[in-house]
Amino acid sequence: MTQDLRCEEVIDKLLEYLDRELDRDTEDALAQHMETCRACFSRAEFERRLRARVRDISEAKAPDSLRQRIHAIMERY
Amino acid sequence: MTGDKENEIWRHSARAFFQAEVEHLMDRLYGTALRLTGNRSDAEDLVADSLAKAWNGLSGLEDRQAFEKWVFRILVNGFVSDRRRQKARPCEVEADREGEFSLFEKLHQPFLLWWGTPEQELLDKLLRADIENALDALPEEFRLAVVMVELWGLSYAETAEMLDVPVGTVRSRLSRGRSLLQSALWHQAREAGLLKGEAKGTAR
Repeated sequence: MTQDLRCEEVIDKLLEYLDRELDRDTEDALAQHMETCRACFSRAEFERRLRARVRDISEAKAPDSLRQRIHAIMERY
Repeated sequence: MTGDKENEIWRHSARAFFQAEVEHLMDRLYGTALRLTGNRSDAEDLVADSLAKAWNGLSGLEDRQAFEKWVFRILVNGFVSDRRRQKARPCEVEADREGEFSLFEKLHQPFLLWWGTPEQELLDKLLRADIENALDALPEEFRLAVVMVELWGLSYAETAEMLDVPVGTVRSRLSRGRSLLQSALWHQAREAGLLKGEAKGTAR
C-alpha cells in the first residue's frame, strides 16, 4: 500500500527519486503518482533526458600523448 | 615453482588485466579529468598520475570487479589533494537552497501542450559544448558532486565517503549544483536565441 503524494512533494523528491536514493515505499509512491499525473511525469522525463545529455559529456577522446605516458609508466614499474 | 616465476606470472596477468581495463576506461577518465580540471594539460597529468598510482597499487586491489570505482576514487583523491595544495584553504561554498532554478519550470507551458513541448525541444538543440560550458562554470565543490553522482553514477553515500563529508552535504551540493547548471543552460540558450518567442540575447 503506497501513500498518496501531492505534486509538490513529488517535485521536491524527484531528483533523489531519479538518483535511486529514496526508500522503497517512497519510490513506489512517486512511481504510482507519475502513472496518473501528466505534469509530474513530463517533468521527470525532462530531468531524465537532461541527465542523459549531461552524462554524454563524461567521455572525451584521450590524446595519444596520454596513452604513451601510461605505456611508459607500465614499462618503468 | 620459484618465487621469481610466480611473480613473473602475476605481473604478466596483471599487465594484461590493467591494459584492458585502462583501454576501456581511458576516454571516460580523461573526459572526467577535463571537467574537473578545466584544461587538457592538467587533465592529462591527473589521469597519468592516477593510473601510475593504480598500476603501482594493483596488487592491493582484492576485488578486480571494483577496478573502475577504485581508479575513479584515486582520480578524485588526486584532484582534491592537488586543489588543497594549491589553495591556502579549500574553497567552501554555501550550498543554500535560495534561488533554486528549474529549467523545466522556466520552459514548460502546460497550456501549449498540444502545440509542442519547448523544454524537450531545447534539449534537442543544446550542443555538447553548451553542457560542457555550463558544467565547467560551476563552483568546484558543486561540480565535483555533479560529476560523481551524475557522470559516474555513485550513490550519495559513496560520494560522501570519498569526499569525507556528511551525506547531507552531498545532497545539498548536488541540489545546488544542478540548479546552477540548469540556470547556466537557460542563460546560454537565451544568448544563443534558442528560446521560442525571445529575440537573441535580448530576452529577460
